Amino acid sequence: MRETFTPPVVTPLIELSHVSRRFGSMSALEDISVAINPGEVHCLLGDNGAGKSTLIKVLSGVHQPSDGEVRIDGVPTILRSPRQALDCGIATVFQDLAMVPLMSIVRNFFLGREPVKGRFIARRIDMRKAEAIVLNEMAQMGINVRDPQQPVGTLSGGERQCVAIARAVYHGARVLILDEPTSALGVHQASIVLRYIARARARGIAVIFITHNIHHAYPIGDVFTLLNRGRVHGTFRKAEISESEVLEMMAGGRDLERLRHELATISINEAPERDSGSQSAASTLR
Amino acid sequence: MPIQQTVPLRRNRLVRLISRGLRRPELGALGATVFTFGFFAVTAGDSGLFSALGVVNFLHVSAQLGILAAAVALLMIGGEFDLSIGSMIGFAGITIGIAVVQFGLPIWLSVLIAFAFAMVIGATNGLLVARTGLPSFIVTLASYFVLRGLSLSVTRALTGRTQIPYITKNTTESDIVWLFGGKFGSGVFSWLGQAGWIATRPDGVPLVQGLPMSIAWWLVLTAAVTWLLVKTEFGNWIFAVGGDEQAARNVGVPVTRVKVLLFVGASCAATLFATIQVLETGSADTLRGTQKEFEAVIATVIGGTLLTGGYGSAIGAMLGSLIFGTVAMGIFYTGIDSDYFMVFLGLMVLVAVLVNNYVRRKALEAR
Repeated sequence: MRETFTPPVVTPLIELSHVSRRFGSMSALEDISVAINPGEVHCLLGDNGAGKSTLIKVLSGVHQPSDGEVRIDGVPTILRSPRQALDCGIATVFQDLAMVPLMSIVRNFFLGREPVKGRFIARRIDMRKAEAIVLNEMAQMGINVRDPQQPVGTLSGGERQCVAIARAVYHGARVLILDEPTSALGVHQASIVLRYIARARARGIAVIFITHNIHHAYPIGDVFTLLNRGRVHGTFRKAEISESEVLEMMAGGRDLERLRHELATISINEAPERDSGSQSAASTLR
Repeated sequence: MPIQQTVPLRRNRLVRLISRGLRRPELGALGATVFTFGFFAVTAGDSGLFSALGVVNFLHVSAQLGILAAAVALLMIGGEFDLSIGSMIGFAGITIGIAVVQFGLPIWLSVLIAFAFAMVIGATNGLLVARTGLPSFIVTLASYFVLRGLSLSVTRALTGRTQIPYITKNTTESDIVWLFGGKFGSGVFSWLGQAGWIATRPDGVPLVQGLPMSIAWWLVLTAAVTWLLVKTEFGNWIFAVGGDEQAARNVGVPVTRVKVLLFVGASCAATLFATIQVLETGSADTLRGTQKEFEAVIATVIGGTLLTGGYGSAIGAMLGSLIFGTVAMGIFYTGIDSDYFMVFLGLMVLVAVLVNNYVRRKALEAR
């Protein structure tokens, strides 16, 4: 459909321009420039230590840039706290999901933004309304919540992730930052989450998808930014790059190739010994 | 089809209600309460423990502890601990005593001054814990000693003694003395006496002429704390701060404010306890409140609140206090050597903690 890549005329929802972040003498981010557009899934890829987590924390207001500028809707802004970022419509779903396992789904869903009714001494959480909203929001994602009052700790990993994302979307996220949303999940659970990300994108939300797993990122991603040692290694639209090229460009790509090579030689060299050893190894494993 | 569907639907609702019920933190405490009453009904049934006088006696003990336990439950659900409330009781008591006897201030003003001190001390505890990240155990251990030491030194410097008697003697403020140290329900009791339901003196006046006001405070406070915990946003934040502080912070819960207010609440409950005690007895003593910090924790833990925070209830703390008071008086009435009270208490805490842990694990099991 898109033959040549033309720069979008829309204002990016959030844009980093030459952002650096240093901790003492250590530089975690160096001259980062990315633009996040509405209705796009923007994948941030990189190995451990590439600067992904620092970048999320800058985007979500936990850290402030040492240098450079953050623009929200084109306006230079300094995000001083996660709360301020939330007020600007930037919601982050951290890996720990910011959920309290012993609290119910409803209480987690509205934590910090409880719907209230009544005044003064009779002011209270509107629990009926809250339950109805949770059931509705979760049903829209295709998840059937048995009991909105059940503790979050009783949910599976994928369900928990979906509750966290649904919460961010419901509370008016325009930019949704997802930190490794699928890394701890099995294939089935991950597909539930990916499907939900697609629905969020369809609503016009800008999704920042942080991962080191290209197999989860490539099918859903529209734009790929590769990070390596705190620097941007390149930003590509999907049409410009194939899955294997992305993998190649990630820091791990070359290493993986070398590893595959090494492993192959190991198994050839040790093949004669394997017969005698396999029996005992199998029993130990069991 | 619709007819067939109604049956599973209704059963579903029943299952949901049962599983909600099983997740309640006070469930274990309810069982323990029934057991305790059953035990003493058998062993002390005719000793007078369950006469009007006996009931008022153990309710009186329970109520005083329950006032502390309600605030301590909130604090512990919020994931913190306050060792200084026992010392705070002594400190608040002598503050009232010195203000009335030494400076000649009216009682109502002295009580207000004591509460003002409590708020400052509680806020200090809370801010130190929240800002330094030190365990509240250490911070409040410090204030435990500082407050007790201050009470002793200031009282001795001003009065030359460590006790302040005659605080309510010749007072004209009978209303405020009644509010904290008086009795209520005397009409009901004299009617019960006349009807022959409860024991009376030879002149027809019942032995028990009313319930101590501490019981009213206990019930009102427990109801208020329950409302706060279950119904309000602030209650939601308390559970979150105790359950996962970082998660709470990430979704924008004002963690520091919640913690500071919880510590202020604990100090104020200690001050309410002290006010009741001072106005009931008419005297203050620097050593009042010793060990109350532990008793309040015991009552709260028996009531199903987790030591690690994030889970618990005020109703549970109330039942825990009720068990505590019943056992304390029950042992006295059954004639068991009362030295065994502490042994019993210790074992009960152990059992309560084991049961609580089991219940929490069950609550989090995926179904």
